[in-house]
Amino acid sequence: MNAIDADALHGSFLSRDYSLRAWLTTLDHKRIAVLYALGITLFFLLGGAAATLIRLNLVTPDGALMGAEAYNKAFTFHGVIMVWFFLIPSIPTTLGNFLLPLMIGARDVAFPRLNLTSWYLYIGGGLFTIAALLAGGVDTGWTFYTPFSTMFSNSNVFLVVAGVFVTGFSSILTGVNFIVTTHALRTAGMSWFRLPLFVWGIYATSLVMVLATPVLAMTLALIALERGLGVGIFDPALGGDPLLFQHLFWFYSHPAVYIMILPAMGVVSEIISCFARRRVFGYRFMTYSMLAIAVIGFMVWGHHMFVAGMSTYASLIFSLLSFLVAVPSAIKVFNWTTTLRKGEISFEAPMLYALGFVGLFLLGGLTGLILAAPALDVPLTDTYFVVAHFHYVMVGGSVMAYLGGIHYWWPKITGRLYSEAWARFAAILMFFGFNLTFFPQYILGYEGMPRRYHSYLPQFQVLNVLSSAGASILAMGYILPVFYLLWSLRRGAVAGDNPWNARGLEWQTTSPPPPENFVRPPQVRDAYAYDQPEP
Amino acid sequence: MTTRNFLVLIPQASSLAPRIDALFWVMIGLCSLVAVGVFVVIVFYCIRYRRGSAASREGWHNQSLGLELTWTLVPCALFIGVFVWSLFLFVEARTPPPDAQTLYVVAKQWMWTIQHPGGQREINTLHVPVNTPVRLSMTSQDAIHSFYVPAFRVKQDVLPGRYTQLWFTATRLGRFPLFCAEYCGLDHSRMGGAVVVMRADDYSRWLAGAGARDTLAEQGAALFRGRGCSGCHGDGAVVHAPSLLGLYGGSVQLADGGRAIADDRYLRDCILLPRTQRVAGYPPIMPSFAGQLTEEELIALIAYIKSLAAAPGAGAGQ
Amino acid sequence: MSAVVAVEQQYDDPVQQREAATLGMWVFLATEILFFGVLFASYTICRVLHPIGFAIASRRTDMPLGTIETAVLLTSSSLIALAVRAIKLDNRRLATWLLTGTAALGVSFLVMHGFEYFHEYREHLIPGIDFMQSGPQAPAIELFFCLYYFITGFHSLHVFIGVSVILVLALRVARGSFGPQRHTTLELTALYWHLVDIVWIFVYPLIYLIGRSG
Repeated sequence: MNAIDADALHGSFLSRDYSLRAWLTTLDHKRIAVLYALGITLFFLLGGAAATLIRLNLVTPDGALMGAEAYNKAFTFHGVIMVWFFLIPSIPTTLGNFLLPLMIGARDVAFPRLNLTSWYLYIGGGLFTIAALLAGGVDTGWTFYTPFSTMFSNSNVFLVVAGVFVTGFSSILTGVNFIVTTHALRTAGMSWFRLPLFVWGIYATSLVMVLATPVLAMTLALIALERGLGVGIFDPALGGDPLLFQHLFWFYSHPAVYIMILPAMGVVSEIISCFARRRVFGYRFMTYSMLAIAVIGFMVWGHHMFVAGMSTYASLIFSLLSFLVAVPSAIKVFNWTTTLRKGEISFEAPMLYALGFVGLFLLGGLTGLILAAPALDVPLTDTYFVVAHFHYVMVGGSVMAYLGGIHYWWPKITGRLYSEAWARFAAILMFFGFNLTFFPQYILGYEGMPRRYHSYLPQFQVLNVLSSAGASILAMGYILPVFYLLWSLRRGAVAGDNPWNARGLEWQTTSPPPPENFVRPPQVRDAYAYDQPEP
Repeated sequence: MTTRNFLVLIPQASSLAPRIDALFWVMIGLCSLVAVGVFVVIVFYCIRYRRGSAASREGWHNQSLGLELTWTLVPCALFIGVFVWSLFLFVEARTPPPDAQTLYVVAKQWMWTIQHPGGQREINTLHVPVNTPVRLSMTSQDAIHSFYVPAFRVKQDVLPGRYTQLWFTATRLGRFPLFCAEYCGLDHSRMGGAVVVMRADDYSRWLAGAGARDTLAEQGAALFRGRGCSGCHGDGAVVHAPSLLGLYGGSVQLADGGRAIADDRYLRDCILLPRTQRVAGYPPIMPSFAGQLTEEELIALIAYIKSLAAAPGAGAGQ
Repeated sequence: MSAVVAVEQQYDDPVQQREAATLGMWVFLATEILFFGVLFASYTICRVLHPIGFAIASRRTDMPLGTIETAVLLTSSSLIALAVRAIKLDNRRLATWLLTGTAALGVSFLVMHGFEYFHEYREHLIPGIDFMQSGPQAPAIELFFCLYYFITGFHSLHVFIGVSVILVLALRVARGSFGPQRHTTLELTALYWHLVDIVWIFVYPLIYLIGRSG
């Protein structure tokens, strides 16, 4: 082991009382963030394993690897785990938990006990769901469409719905905690328009979490009720309305997309600003656009239902609103681009992730416009075009930003530096692996290959093989950070308090920070004051 | 179709396909323009303003209301333009021409059953004449399915308990894949088939040889007698029940004061849930036939009731 | 001065702590409205789909008892508001009694609901446990009662939680844990109790009254 200055780590949140018991009963937001990171990594690897099985199965048109039932369970597993146990909690609960109090100069979140409760709900719900998914599995797809899920599926729908239900409360409590923290715990001088954009992103996300998740919870409860008692709330054979389920489900699940992307936008704003050494261009428009996305995002759920049997007029209104919600996203892309202008740009690993995010998010967002036009959505929806679109936004977007953020704040969280060369290599590998995996899926969708197909027509094979080949590269890209980041914990160079020479409040304390966050009260100043010398 | 031509564009085999493709390629063009534009600018900045480069940083600023408004309002205007284009196309794609011929589709796990008005019945294959508008009236017997023919650029979810519709005019002869696009369980990926587009004379020859003894309406008439409907709704019935002559397509005065249009859905509800939309002036004595008739039988019955409207002289259930 | 406010380490002062707690409760109440909102929306849509069945089923609920329950809950809400005022005026004894009264009314609300449920059980109206109705509207009646039990059950769960918290608070008031300077918990509990009350004000007409019109 390297000779580490024992005093440098003494008294950090990591080193003070590191018994298992102390970790599992901790109220420190930084430790809870680390606990979340462990859970999220576990679920990401499990969800990724399911994705690997899916892509392997699709190498041949007849799906030789596994039977249809196993395949259906595999993509349901992948969807449920990735959406609820990885994407939605990923950035808010790890980076958000760790950084929100630091960035606003607070000692902790507003309700630390609630914070720990959220983690237990998350990990408990997650492990319960995993158990239900592995013991028997569920074959409904992550969307649980009725009446299939309530009347025709012979799988563990009830248990999985219960697991997701419990985890929903973790989301709600986290949202409540972050909203109150942002409102009440900002240190003196930290006015709303001095907040880093990451805080704005977390705040907007929390609003969506708090207002959307209860709808999901109750919808899932109604599914359990219908399945358990055989009454027809959603099943037309018993007098219910299957579109009611879709409306309720997407009322949550569309805003959930913004739960995934808003914090990612915050992370990317921090990184681009730091490595371009420039204040984010159009800061105010960046904040307004985040709030606009959070608000308009609640009114566009119907664009998932253009062919579901909704009226033509309803479809057109949802279409118009979907076009409008793309405007603030466009504003953000243009602002990030302009931030680079006349900067002093350097290309450390976090910056590569952030630039990768901008590219992939742009491609995902633009194809979203095509899907927002109902005339085009009709042939394209429920095909691989949609699969490619949302993977570009959620994986290309959110996961790139999540990893970018992990790399950017890794020295702050652990006090160590990872291998820069490996980190850059992994970022580039991911970018190319990702495009190779998902770009062919756009073409597949245009050519008409429906999603959730265990076997397919032979003419789709070449593109599927390309996609699977890309997936293997992508998988390598995702595995690499696990190794070099773990390696850095023991062997990495000591990072110092501010290795990137960044300006946010979180860089004013030691790395890793002490349990009480700041030994001396932080000096509040502009989070993007890169035009002024480091004080 | 071999694996070699994987990048060949899918055929435009319906009257709507070229027009939907036009919008699609315009959108792809616009999106590519924006994407390439942004990428070029990012790469240009990244090279020119890399740390330590000699490029001048004079005149740097970090906000500009004019720029912000430009890239707010220009996309807004573009989006609304595309929306309006798409609007007209979508309304047209959802409105079947009045002269369209109606075929009936029943989806169930995991097959498509198609009934022609002439009584022909086929499974997983749909024969249609070229250059003739065809309207599909569809329902499902179990979960939600979705009728998807990529070559026609049409797709519509098929729901249990109601009729959804879809129309197209096939413009090319040949065999085009049909898929189920809404996940429906175990063999979802095998729930497909083909649409066969034939010349008009081939189509009539096919219809003649498809082995139908009775037309759909005749099958319905047989059910009408066999299931006892004629006992009340027939000509000589003593029970006081509404006559079905000339009913289809007309407006009905309901007992609760409202009015309803006697379309497929209304008739279906009347047979399965007779008390919810009772006709004014008649006692609520009709029993429900829920669970006693298959979707296909319902379609035949409705076709029969429809035929009574078309030929007002014919007696009901003679 | 009986009660001194303990400030947790993440807060600078009692004022900040109080503001945070209050805002937290309001945000939590917003989520509650969405929880119940989904149920009301589903109920409304099912009612539109089955107007006759829901009207029949609604007439089989116990309106007089429902009306008494409404009155009981509204009264309890005013008692807890008075309790908050009493503690602000440092009248601990009165506050204790008012809180006990609130809890007692809450319990009686639950007991009356229990009678309702028992009565319906004897009439074979409980889906999943004992539901035996015939006629063409039986499925719609079952659906109505299913939603009825889900909505009132979920609401009663809230009442139960509220009663438990209020009883604990009554005990703490009696022991002198609260005073004019320290009553945030009490105020927030009152807020919660008012919400439970407001939700009932929507449940009552939806379940008991609408079906009886006309």
